Order: sequence, then structure tokens, then C-alpha cells
Amino acid sequence: MTTTEGRRAPASSPAGTTPNAPRGAAWWLPASAVVLVATVLGAVTIGPVDLSVGDVWRSVATHVGLGGPLGLEPLGALPDGMVWELRLPRVLTAAAVGAGLAVCGVVMQSLTRNPLADPYLLGLSSGASLGAVLVLVAGLTVLLPVAAFGGAVAALAAALALAGAIGTITPTRTVLAGLAVSQLAAAATSFVIFWSATGDSYREILSWLMGSVAGATWASVAITGVAVLVLGTLLASTGSVLDAFTFGDTAAATLGVPVARVRWLLLVGVALLTGALVSQSGSIGFVGLILPHAVRLLTGARHRLLLPLSALCGASFLVWADTLARTVFAPREVPVGIVTAAIGAPVFALLLWRGRRIA
Amino acid sequence: MTTQTRTETRTAPRTEAPRRGDGPASADGLDAARVSWAAGERLVLDGVDVTAPKGAVTGLLGPNGSGKSTLLRVLAGAQPPARGADGDARVVFAGVDLLDQPRRRRARTLAFVEQEASTDLPVTVLDAVLLGRIPHRPLLAGDSAHDRAVARRALADVGAQHLADREVTTLSGGERQRVHMARALAQEPALILLDEPTNHLDVAAQLDALHVVRGLADRGVTVLAALHDLQLAAQHCDHVVLLSDGRVVAAGSVHDVLVPDVLDPVYGVRTEVLTHPRTGRPVLTFTRAG
Repeated sequence: MTTTEGRRAPASSPAGTTPNAPRGAAWWLPASAVVLVATVLGAVTIGPVDLSVGDVWRSVATHVGLGGPLGLEPLGALPDGMVWELRLPRVLTAAAVGAGLAVCGVVMQSLTRNPLADPYLLGLSSGASLGAVLVLVAGLTVLLPVAAFGGAVAALAAALALAGAIGTITPTRTVLAGLAVSQLAAAATSFVIFWSATGDSYREILSWLMGSVAGATWASVAITGVAVLVLGTLLASTGSVLDAFTFGDTAAATLGVPVARVRWLLLVGVALLTGALVSQSGSIGFVGLILPHAVRLLTGARHRLLLPLSALCGASFLVWADTLARTVFAPREVPVGIVTAAIGAPVFALLLWRGRRIA
Repeated sequence: MTTQTRTETRTAPRTEAPRRGDGPASADGLDAARVSWAAGERLVLDGVDVTAPKGAVTGLLGPNGSGKSTLLRVLAGAQPPARGADGDARVVFAGVDLLDQPRRRRARTLAFVEQEASTDLPVTVLDAVLLGRIPHRPLLAGDSAHDRAVARRALADVGAQHLADREVTTLSGGERQRVHMARALAQEPALILLDEPTNHLDVAAQLDALHVVRGLADRGVTVLAALHDLQLAAQHCDHVVLLSDGRVVAAGSVHDVLVPDVLDPVYGVRTEVLTHPRTGRPVLTFTRAG
């Protein structure tokens, strides 16, 4: 059609237009997968005791039963224990937690159409914290993962019940209900700490509240790994459905998406995954908020690429953040949540300033 | 306007063939009856009957708050209708009740262009248009070469192919409206509902949007568009339906409905109707009542 805008617009269209799929997009997934593997192998070698990549491989190969066939000498008991019992579980847990948080962050931001949404939006971290603090104060540290997971799920139930009680679960109601639950749980947590925490438990509580994978064991790897592989894969496969929410609920509905059911399922999926992660690592902030925005700058808003790429980048990011957390002030450790916030907040400010479209 | 006898409308519609499109109104078009919707206790739509013939542009008119947007949302299946006093709502298109259809199948028949659908996400125009292909492919699948071809054709149809790689957030209001129409076209609908497609657009962009709408009707698509501007409706619609307080006050050709006797009580103004010297369509001027 010939129109005024039609005639003027070609001149205003940018000179070298970017192609629909950004250049090299096909390579990002394999490339970031390679980076993640290298990150895991590299991070295991870093620490107070220097271990070479070769030593790490020898330890891993021995434990997975490849030592004999490959004719490798087993590592000494001390370095072997360091790799297999301390560093590797910790690094793998960090990777799983990072991947899960990033995926949950993408889903929450898209579902609520709120750029400030993160996996903890429904009050999950506050609920988990309340559960964790209760058992820490009671001296029942063994129950911590169960209590944290229970707290997260309880928070989700409360938030959804609240949002649903007002009417249809809309993005705004989701955010507001999450905020209410979050504030209430935070107040209860503060009260418990104020009332009964003493020296040791106080330090333990603080470290947990800020998020840490310092205590990761193979059990943590199993819990976070299985949660990410099962729930994370499910969430990451919903790309096209999340795309349909780009222009809001009505647009999604008229594109044939069962909006209410999809929102409910995805919120529950995010909550279960986040609950499993939080039970092992405490609430590590900023990963689920920043990573999706950073990756979106690379890939655009298409979820089929955004979701898996965010998972891989989130995994690498948290492994390096945790490596910094345990080495920068060695032999003292800082909670990884401090590192992610210290990196995340300036990066977020930079993205905000450069993109000017995040918020 | 319709072959069915309808007594609900206060001005008897003249049975006349549509000016444009594929022959006389028939069961091929949209035929909705007894559509009600309530917000809490307040009845927003009270048993609305509306028909829109195939291949014609039907304008949905009415003052602010008369229920235009709500009616479109219910017809589009975005909100379920309330149970009316005289039975369940029926939204029949081409002989099928859309309300009974699975929503994905409905989305292959019906497209809805909302008023001011926006996004903060860095989504490109082509990707935004490709969203219209979602009902045509498996729910978790990506887009195929065919999907991309349809999307590009839809962009060409609205004269926006040069915008394909721009980000939606960087577009002007008129450009964005065209992208939303292209997204609707990518659904390959036989029925398209538009909510205020000319809102907030300058006069050239308004004409562009209505030109696209007319092109659709000429291809045999059934068009129902809520319009604020009676003057635009007079120039561009084949039929109009006038809503007031959630009820149909009048329906028929622009010559029948856009007359002082009908408009003055609904809008509380004094209307004068002239005739456009070239098109023969009504030209409306308004003064304050009283």
C-alpha cells in the first residue's frame, strides 16, 4: 500500500539491519555448553591447595571407574578427597543452582511481564528463610533442607491463594500477593532471629540468608541436579508458550493458549524448582534477576533460545561467583550471595543505562 | 442487514446487500446473540445481539463505557460470557459456535487486535508477527519456513515489510498498529475483531489502518471493528452497530443508524448530517445539546 508512513519509513529503517535470528545464534548453545564444562573443570582446580587439571581428571576418572582402563594412577587420599568430596560437589551444586535460578527468572519475568521479577517473587525465599531460621534456632540443622523447602512451598501456596482469592491470577496480583507473603515471612524471620538467635546460630543464619553453597555435598548435587534436569527442562521447553505472553494475557488467550492453566502450572514449576534450590543453597540473589536480562540483550526475547542459554550462562556465572567467594578472602569465605550482589547490582545498573528498555 | 428476523433492535434494519464484499449477508458471517457480561454486580453487556456479514466492515460504535471493548473481548473468547436472563450466549461464525470450540482451533478462525497491546521486551517486528503462527503449529514447536513466509506476507499486506528487523518498542504508534494487524493476519483468520484500530493515530495513519481493514474485507474476511470516531465510521464502515449501556440501540447501514434521531439521545449531542459530495456517505457534525 502507498501511505505516508510507508513512504517515509524505509529511510528511517536502520542501515545494516540485524537479521531475524541474531548472527551466530546457532553457535551460542554449543559454545556456552563448552564454556560451562571448561568452567566446571577449571573451578575445581582453583583453591587454597593448587591442583592441576590433570589431577582433577585423575580423581574424577578414578571415581567413575575409568581409572583402571585408562591406566591412571589414583590420586593421594588428601587431594582426591579435596576434589571428589569438597570442590566437585560444590562446583556442580553451584552450576545446578545457577542454571535453575536463571531459568526460573526468565519464566517469572515473562509470566508477570515484570522486568524486576525473579524466582523469589512469590515470597519463596522469605518462606524458605523462615523455615530455615526456625530449625537453625532450634538447633535442628539436619532438618534445614526440608524446612527450607517446606517454607518455600508454603509461601507459594499462600501467595497463590491470596492472588486467587482476589480473582483471576493476573500478573499484577501475582506480584502483589508475592510481596505481601514475602513481607510477612520476612517479619516473622526477623522476629525469630531477634528473639532467640545467639552467637553461633546467628552466624549460621546470616550465611544461609545470604546464600551459600559452601556446605554442598553429593546429596546437594543430586537434589539440585535432578530438580534442574527434570523441572528445569520442563520449564525450558515452554518457549513458544511463553512467547505468546509477549503482548499480555489477552493476546495469549486469543492465540489459543490456556492462559490461566499455563500460568498456574508454570508458577508451581518455578516454585518447586526454586524451593529445591533454596533448600540447598539458601536464597542467592541477583542470578535470576540479572542473567535473563543479560542473555536477552544477546538473543532478543525469543524464549526457545533464551531459556536454555540463560540456564547455561547462569550455571557458569554462579560457579565463578562461588569460586570468587571462596578464594578472594581465603582462607575466609564470604557467602556467594554477597558476590552475586556485588557483581549483579553494577551490571544491572549498566544494563539499565545502556538498554534503557529493561524497566 | 441480516436475513434473520430480529426484533431486538429499535430501528428496523433495512435488508440491503452490503456495499462491498462477496454478495449478500449470509450465515457465513458472524452472528452473536444474547451476549452478556457482568463486572461484579454491574451488568456491562446486557444480552447483546450483533451480526457482521462476511466480506464487509462492520463498525461497533457507542459512547465511552457502552461496552464495545468488553463485547469484543467476549466475542474473542478472552472473557467467558455471563449467563444472560434469556439463555446462554451464542457466538456463531460460519455455522460454528466459537464458544464451544477448542481455543486453539478458534485462534485459527478468529484474530483479535487489542487496543494498545504493548511490551517491554526487545522483540523484533518479525518475531512479533510470528506469534500469530502459534495456533497453527504444535504448542511447543518452533516456527517453520512456511510460518516465516506467512509472517512476511502478512507484513507486506500491511505495508510494513521494511520494519521486519526493527524492535517493536522503537516503532511509532502507526507502525505498531500495523504490526499488530500483521500479527492478526498471520493467524490467517476468517474473522477479525479490532478494538479502536485508529486510536491515538494521526490522520494519515488512521487512513492507513482503515485501508488495511478494507483490504481484508475485500478478500472475504469478516471484520468487526470498535470505533470511537463516528465520522470515520461513516466514511469507512459498511454496517454499524450502536451500543449504549451494554445494549444494542441500533444496527444497520450507516445511512440508517448515523442519523440524529438515533445518535442524539445516545450521545447527548445535537447531530447534523450532510452528504459527502463525492462518496454519498453521511458527514456528521455535532453541537452540544440544549
